[in-house]
Amino acid sequence: MAENVKAASAVSQTTVPDFSGWSCPLPLADYPTIVMGHGGGGKLGNELVEHLFLPAFRNPELENLGDAAVLDLGAAGLSGGRLAMSTDSFVVQPLFFPGGSIGELAVNGTVNDLAVSGAEPRFLSASFILEEGFALNQLAAIVDDMARAAAVAGVKIVTGDTKVVERGHGDGCYICTAGVGLLRPGIQVGPHRAQPGDAILVSGTIGDHGMAIMSVREGLEFESQIRSDCAALNGLITEVLAAAGGAVHAMRDPTRGGLASTLNEIAQASGVGVEIDEPSLPVRPEVQSACELLGLDPVYVANEGKAVFFVAPEAADQILELLRAHPLGREAARIGRVTAEHPRLLVARTAMGSNRVIPTQIGEQLPRIC
Amino acid sequence: MKYLTEFRNGEIAQRMAREIQSITTRPWKIMEVCGGQTHSIIRNGIDQMLPAGIEMIHGPGCPVCVTSLELIDKALAIAAQPGVIFCSYGDMLRVPGTEGDLFQVKSAGGDVRVVYSPLDAVELAVKNPEKQVVFFAVGFETTAPADALSVHLAKRRGLKNFSLLVSHVLVPPAIAAILQSPGNQVQAFLAAGHVCTVMGYWEYPPLAAKFKVPIVVTGFEPLDLLDGIRRAVVQLEAGRHEAENAYERVVTFEGNRAAQRLLAEVFDVADRAWRGIGVIPNSGWRLNQAYRAFDAEERFQISGIHTAESPLCHSGDVLRGAIKPAECPAFGKECTPRHPLGATMVSNEGACAAYYNYGRFLSAEELASAGSGLTKLVKE
Repeated sequence: MAENVKAASAVSQTTVPDFSGWSCPLPLADYPTIVMGHGGGGKLGNELVEHLFLPAFRNPELENLGDAAVLDLGAAGLSGGRLAMSTDSFVVQPLFFPGGSIGELAVNGTVNDLAVSGAEPRFLSASFILEEGFALNQLAAIVDDMARAAAVAGVKIVTGDTKVVERGHGDGCYICTAGVGLLRPGIQVGPHRAQPGDAILVSGTIGDHGMAIMSVREGLEFESQIRSDCAALNGLITEVLAAAGGAVHAMRDPTRGGLASTLNEIAQASGVGVEIDEPSLPVRPEVQSACELLGLDPVYVANEGKAVFFVAPEAADQILELLRAHPLGREAARIGRVTAEHPRLLVARTAMGSNRVIPTQIGEQLPRIC
Repeated sequence: MKYLTEFRNGEIAQRMAREIQSITTRPWKIMEVCGGQTHSIIRNGIDQMLPAGIEMIHGPGCPVCVTSLELIDKALAIAAQPGVIFCSYGDMLRVPGTEGDLFQVKSAGGDVRVVYSPLDAVELAVKNPEKQVVFFAVGFETTAPADALSVHLAKRRGLKNFSLLVSHVLVPPAIAAILQSPGNQVQAFLAAGHVCTVMGYWEYPPLAAKFKVPIVVTGFEPLDLLDGIRRAVVQLEAGRHEAENAYERVVTFEGNRAAQRLLAEVFDVADRAWRGIGVIPNSGWRLNQAYRAFDAEERFQISGIHTAESPLCHSGDVLRGAIKPAECPAFGKECTPRHPLGATMVSNEGACAAYYNYGRFLSAEELASAGSGLTKLVKE
C-alpha cells in the first residue's frame, strides 16, 4: 500500500492520469505476496489467471476458461470426438464436516467441473499431499469416501500419486484430482454462450456448503445443523441434457465465490447482462440466519452440489420440472434472466423492487463487525 | 425468519415509500448515522424509493472506517511482532495503514486471526500462555460491552497475556460535532439502533433540543429504515425536533443497564481521533486506570509511527457528509475496494464501498451527474 500512497502523491503534484482503460501490465494486484484472498474465488484470483497463468500458458484450449478444457481429438489428428479435462485441489479444513469430507469433495468437485462442461465424467486421478504424523485411519476414511463417491458418480480413479511433507508443512491432507470426460456430441455449452432472453435456473438452495464449513470451523452452533450439499451432479445434468440439451447454453457449479461469482463470470464471458430476482433465490432458513449473524451474503457463499443453468426461455419450465423431479434438484428455482441491458453486470431486483449491482468479490468475503 | 422477513416486505415498503412521498413538501437532508444502515439502504435500494427531495447523507458510523491511521499502524506493528497472536474482526484486515494491511502482515508470517468475539481471544490467551494475545477492539457502543467483558474476565482470571488495542468511538459526540461543523447540511438524524440497544437514547433529547434537529432511533431492516425516515420527515415538515424511538422492539429509553455498568467499570471517556475527520473531544473510550494493564498501547509502547494518508482521497469529506462517494475524484478510478485509498472504501459498511459494491444500475442522466467514477463502474 505504501507504493499506492507514494504514487498518489506523485500524481497529485502533476496531472491526474486517466485510468479508464486499466488492464495495466502492472503485476497482479496490489499485494507483492500471496494473500488468502488470492484463493477466495474473487478478483484477486482472477487477476492471477489473467496476468500470470494465461500469458504464460496461452493456448486456445485454456483461453476458454471453462470449468474444463475441451480437447478436440479430431484436430489433434486422432479419430475424432471431444474430451473434457479438468483439475482441482482440495485443502478444506476440517477434513470431515457435516454432509461430507475432503474425499467426497475431491471426487465430486472434479466430476462436477466436467459435468457442467457438458461432458460425461469417466476417469479421475488422485494425488495426495500428506503431512508427517497424519493418522492412517483418517486417510483410510478419506479414501473410503472417495471410493464411494466415485462409485456413485460412475467414474474410475485410474492413476494417482502420494507425497509426504514434514510435520508443520501441510495441513494433514491435501488432495488434487484431475478428470477426463467425454463430451456428448451435439452439446454446445460454455460460459460464453449465454444469450439475451435466456432463463436462469439453479438446482437448489445456495450457501449450504460454505456455511456448513464455517459453522464447524468457527465453532458456531445453530439450532439446526447446517449440512454441506456436496454431491455429484453428473446424473442430474445428464437427464437435463438428454431431454433438452439443445436449449442449454451455459452451465456452471457455483463453488468458491458462490452464485454471484458464477453469474458475474458468465455475464462477462458472454458479454451480456444478468438479472436475478433476489426473493426467488432458494436459501435455507438456517443458512440465511447464519449469514445474517456473520454479516455475510449467501450469494457469495460456496456450494458443492449445485448447478446453474442458462437455458432458452421456452424450455425453462420443462427443465425446471425435470430438475425438481431429481433427488438433487427438489428445490430448484428459476431465479432470473439474461438481458442485453447492462452488459457484463449482475443486477439483482430486491424484494423492495429496487435494483442493486452485485459485483465480484475482491477476495474472501469478510465477516462484518456489526 | 421471525423478526427479519416481516421487516423486508416489499409491498409494505412501497406503501411506506408512497406515504413519505405524500407528506414531503420540501427537500430535506437526513443523515443515517450508522454504517450498517448505509449498507442496508444501498443493498435494498431504499434511496431509490424516496421522493427526489429527500437526500440521505451517509454518516461516519463505520468503526472500521473511522479507526485512526495511527492506530491501524500500531495494529500492524503489534501484529508483526513474534510471539503475538493478533485477533480482529474480519473486515479490519483489509483496512490500509500507512504501509500495508493486516492481510499483508499475515502473509509475511504474522499470526493474525479473525475472531467473532473478544471472548474467543480471551480463550486463545488461556490456551497459549506463552503468547501475547491482542484483540483489536474497534467499534461503537454496540461492540463495547463484549470488549469490556473480555478484559473484565481476563482480569478476574489473572491473565497476563491478554490485551485490547482500543479504538472505541461514541455516537452522540459525533452527532454534536457534525452539527457544529461549518457548512453542516444535516437537518435530521436516524440514530443507530444497535448503539441505542446498549446505551438507550436518553442522550438524544438534549441534543435534539439544543441543535433543533429531529433524531429518530432507527433499525436496519428496510421497513425500519423507511419508518425512521418517515418519522423524521413528519417532524421536519411540522417544524418539530424531538428524539423519538422507531425501533421499539429492541431499544428502550434506558438501554441495557447491565452493559452500561460494565462499560463504566472498564472504560473512561477520552478524546479520540477519527480517520478523515480529526480529533473529536470526548468521543471515545479508553481503558481506565484499573484496566490500564490490559491496554495494548501501554504494553507494546509502539513509537516512531509516521502516518501518511493519500492526498487524493476525500474520505474525510465523505465521512462528514460534505460529498457523496461518487463525487470524490478518485472514486472508482484510483480508489476501488481492490485498491482502496481511503477507509470508507474498505469496509462493506463504508459509504464508498457500499456505493461501489451496491452501486445502483444508473440511468444515463444519473451516470452523467455521478461522474466518471461510476461510468467506470458500470462499464466494468
